[in-house]
Amino acid sequence: MADVITLNYEISPDDFTRAGEASSDVKSKLKQLGVSPEAIRKVSIAMYEGEINMVIHAKGGEITVEISPESIVMILADKGPGIPDIDKAMQAGWSTAPDEVRSLGFGAGMGLPNMKKYSDEMDVKTELGVGTTVTMVVKY
Amino acid sequence: MTVKDAMDVLGARVLVGEDHLDREVRSACGSDMMSDVLAFSKDHSILLTGLCNPQVIRTAEMLDIVCIIFVRGKKPDETILDMARERDLVVLETGHRMFSSCGLLYQAGLNGGAF
Repeated sequence: MADVITLNYEISPDDFTRAGEASSDVKSKLKQLGVSPEAIRKVSIAMYEGEINMVIHAKGGEITVEISPESIVMILADKGPGIPDIDKAMQAGWSTAPDEVRSLGFGAGMGLPNMKKYSDEMDVKTELGVGTTVTMVVKY
Repeated sequence: MTVKDAMDVLGARVLVGEDHLDREVRSACGSDMMSDVLAFSKDHSILLTGLCNPQVIRTAEMLDIVCIIFVRGKKPDETILDMARERDLVVLETGHRMFSSCGLLYQAGLNGGAF
C-alpha cells in the first residue's frame, strides 16, 4: 500500500434501509487490502455510526475515506442543521433523535461517543444552519 | 460454547446458516438499541435482539458478530434474511423473551464479556 487510496460516497437522505452501505463497502475494501482486523473494526463502527447520524439528523451528505500507509481518515460532511451544543452531543445517552428513529434501534445517545471511542483522533466542525463535518482518524 | 450449544439451550430454530453451527461464541449482547450494541459488543459475540430491520444485520456485520438470535418469536422478513446470507451470518429465532434468553445463556456459561 504505497499510495493513498481515496473512496467517495454519496449518502442518500431519508433512506434508513440503505444507511450503512458505504461503511459496509469500506469494510470489505479494507479486508481486501489486508488491513489489520482491529483497525477494520474501529473504522467500521466509527464510520457506521457517522453514516447513521447523517441519515437521521442531516438528510445525507458525503463521506470521503483516505487510506494511506499510516492511517485511515474518514471525512463525513453534511449540510444538515448543525449541532447546537457539541458538549451535550458528546455525552453518552444524550440524544435529539425522534421516537421514530428510536424504534429503529438508534438514537440511544451513543453515536458521537462511539465515534470518539473507536477513532484515534476526532474533530467536529459544526455551524448552525450550515452543516457539520466530522473528521476521524484511525491509525494502524 | 458453539452456536449449536446456544441453539439447544434456547430451543431455537435456524433461519440462516445451518452449515455454521459449529462456530465458537465467547460472549453475548442483548439489546434492541443498535447504538448500545455498537458501544459494548465484544469479539465472537452472539447478538440477541427483538428488533427486526436491516440495521440489525449491518450492525452485526460491522462488529463481526457470529450469530443473531431474534427473541420473542420475532420473524425477520426475507430481505433481512438474504442480507444475513450474503454476509455469512447465522440467524436463529426463539420464542423466549429477551430476559429469559439472556438468563438461560448466562446460566449455560456464556457471559457479557469484560465490563
